Amino acid sequence: MPMDAITPADELHHEDDHKIGFIQRWFFSTNHKDIGTLYLIAAIIFGLVGTFLSGLIRMELAAPEIGPLTHFVLWGVEGATQAEKIEAAKHFYNTVITYHGLIMIFFMVMPALIGGFGNWFVPIMIGAPDMAFPRMNNISFWLLPAAFLLAVVSMLVPGGPSGNGFGGGWVLYPPLSSTTGHPGPSMDLLILSLHIAGISSILGAINFIVTILNMRAPGMTIHKMPLFVWAMLITAFLLVLSLPVLAGALTMLLTDRNFGTTFFDPAGGGDPIMFQHLFWFFGHPEVYIMILPAFGIVSHIVSTFSKKPVFGYLGMAYAMASIGFIGFVVWAHHMYTVGMNVDLKAYFVAATMIIAVPTGIKIFSWIATMWGGSIEFKVPMLWAIGFIFLFTVGGVTGVVLANAGVDHALHDTYYVVAHFHYVLSLGAVFALFAGWFYWYEKMFGIKYNGFLAGIQFWLMFIGANVVFFPQHFLGLQGMPRRYIDYADGFVLWNQVSSFGYLFILASLFVFFAVVIESVVRRRKADANPWGEYATTLEWTLPSPPPFHQFNELPKVK
Amino acid sequence: MNKNLLGASIAGVAVAMLGLAFASKPLYDTFCKVTGFGGTTQDATERPDDILDRQITVRLDANVADVPFEFRPVDRMTTLNVGATELIQFELTNTSDVPVRAMASYNVTPHKAGPYFTKLECFCYDEQVYQPGETITLPVIFFINPLIDEEPQLDDVRTITLSYTFYRADDGNESLASLGDLVSEH
Repeated sequence: MPMDAITPADELHHEDDHKIGFIQRWFFSTNHKDIGTLYLIAAIIFGLVGTFLSGLIRMELAAPEIGPLTHFVLWGVEGATQAEKIEAAKHFYNTVITYHGLIMIFFMVMPALIGGFGNWFVPIMIGAPDMAFPRMNNISFWLLPAAFLLAVVSMLVPGGPSGNGFGGGWVLYPPLSSTTGHPGPSMDLLILSLHIAGISSILGAINFIVTILNMRAPGMTIHKMPLFVWAMLITAFLLVLSLPVLAGALTMLLTDRNFGTTFFDPAGGGDPIMFQHLFWFFGHPEVYIMILPAFGIVSHIVSTFSKKPVFGYLGMAYAMASIGFIGFVVWAHHMYTVGMNVDLKAYFVAATMIIAVPTGIKIFSWIATMWGGSIEFKVPMLWAIGFIFLFTVGGVTGVVLANAGVDHALHDTYYVVAHFHYVLSLGAVFALFAGWFYWYEKMFGIKYNGFLAGIQFWLMFIGANVVFFPQHFLGLQGMPRRYIDYADGFVLWNQVSSFGYLFILASLFVFFAVVIESVVRRRKADANPWGEYATTLEWTLPSPPPFHQFNELPKVK
Repeated sequence: MNKNLLGASIAGVAVAMLGLAFASKPLYDTFCKVTGFGGTTQDATERPDDILDRQITVRLDANVADVPFEFRPVDRMTTLNVGATELIQFELTNTSDVPVRAMASYNVTPHKAGPYFTKLECFCYDEQVYQPGETITLPVIFFINPLIDEEPQLDDVRTITLSYTFYRADDGNESLASLGDLVSEH
């Protein structure tokens, strides 16, 4: 690296570091830290919308019979009878679950973990001054609010004869998503929204891959990269390989709807099952896209607060790589009930269970990292241990569901809902909070109140378990997902589940209290609050890091 | 590697994956043809040598999707020996007063019988124009491959349903017309 050549140019720019206007800084930003902050803010706002939608779900399901949602439909329609309102509420419920899923996946978890923490810490951890393509980074971010706006508009315009918005579930299967099920413009807008969100993610992924492959500091070989960087590299590859397939499937859906093609219409020689194959070829890697960055974050936190280097670094890195690889060859385990033959099912069962091996390597390595360590239960560590516990529960139910025979009984029941919420709503989201409290001081330069943040953790931990654990029982008892109403036998555990939502709500209030308290008090943060086992490069910088870091590239031994 | 080159090659990978998504349609068709997946029937030019004692009933199912046809099998079912060649017939009437270009898609149920259901001749291979008021007979000559007897998974197959669905074959103008409708509507 010709360091002498770099330094004078950097000194020239040093002058205008903090003289950028608000619009210039936040709207035309090309700085990876500012864009990371924008991603985090966007994810919080979009996440609140998604949480509001899940609140509607739990409110409606708190008691049998269709009640609360009737107050949200047919506004402005004079003289709508209760019967009409109930009919409208059924479709409204379907749209609520659909948009809850899509918003949480595409507009909350992905922007926060990849766009937020990825942008903030990948360049710093590899000792780079910024991302490889800073202006493309800006485009990646600003496509996201545009996509979100389209999704919200899509919820408000006519979907089909039964009401506004698309109500076919986040998987968007035809014929529900073709003109047969939803002839209105809602689905077209939703396709456009996901296209734009997809382009945003692909551009971001290209940026991450080039940054990580090209811009590591001298001495930082691939095998010395921090695990979070490893996780982001693999995630970015998964995005590049899987999202275009979703884009292709959505484009086919769009032309089926508008231009007379019949990719998914049997009446024209097409096959609706092909959409499911294409969707899940994207959809399964997508769940690893959401969880791999979480793995990276948790590895750093567990090591920092156990005061030990992470156990089995290379094993951890290659476990993630093999999870990413196997993730591409198991997609049809989401489709056991479409009528595939028994040999094919046997393959997908076996391949799916193999994923438990690298995942087990990760879990046991985290435990081995903690083993014999001098563990400090600071807030990020609470979230990280919570993550490990809850993710393991979700992983175990995943192995149950991997069995085609069992899945035939449990397909589309609340058991599945409980399973994927344990790995995502509790897994990925817990890692999000873990990362947030691990890096909060570093990012914003102020300390938070650890006691309040601890209360938030416990409220969330209790709440999430009370919401989702009973859903295993409901699923095993046969309660199907995606229905607004249920039989009397399911009352008890639905009540419990809805009760748990109150804890989550309370926890979110405490979360904002923590943020507001820290902003009001403005306690100056330390460069490294966590001690000598916080070894990655971000802790060598002041908190918050300077607008441009590493004017002289750090040397990694 | 130069960062622009690297970035462009990764973008190339993304575009290739997009292409692969679209290629999945012909790939899937080919895969089904080759393996009989999803009840796709097989084609042959020669009759099999041996005829077995095992008998299988073939039921005939005729549907129309979006064309003004009356379409039905002449006989609803036929029973034949495995390996024997059979001729079956359908009748089709174009009930409208315009010529209609149409084509039929087909498969058999159970799907696992697809690899063994073999056609020597079928009306379903090509698009055809059906004149108004015209009634025609559509023949299919097929046999059931004797190899079916060697596959234990197919021991329970006593009945196979052969299904056809007629749909309108576009000559390409229609999709442009629907695009025109879309533009004029908004």
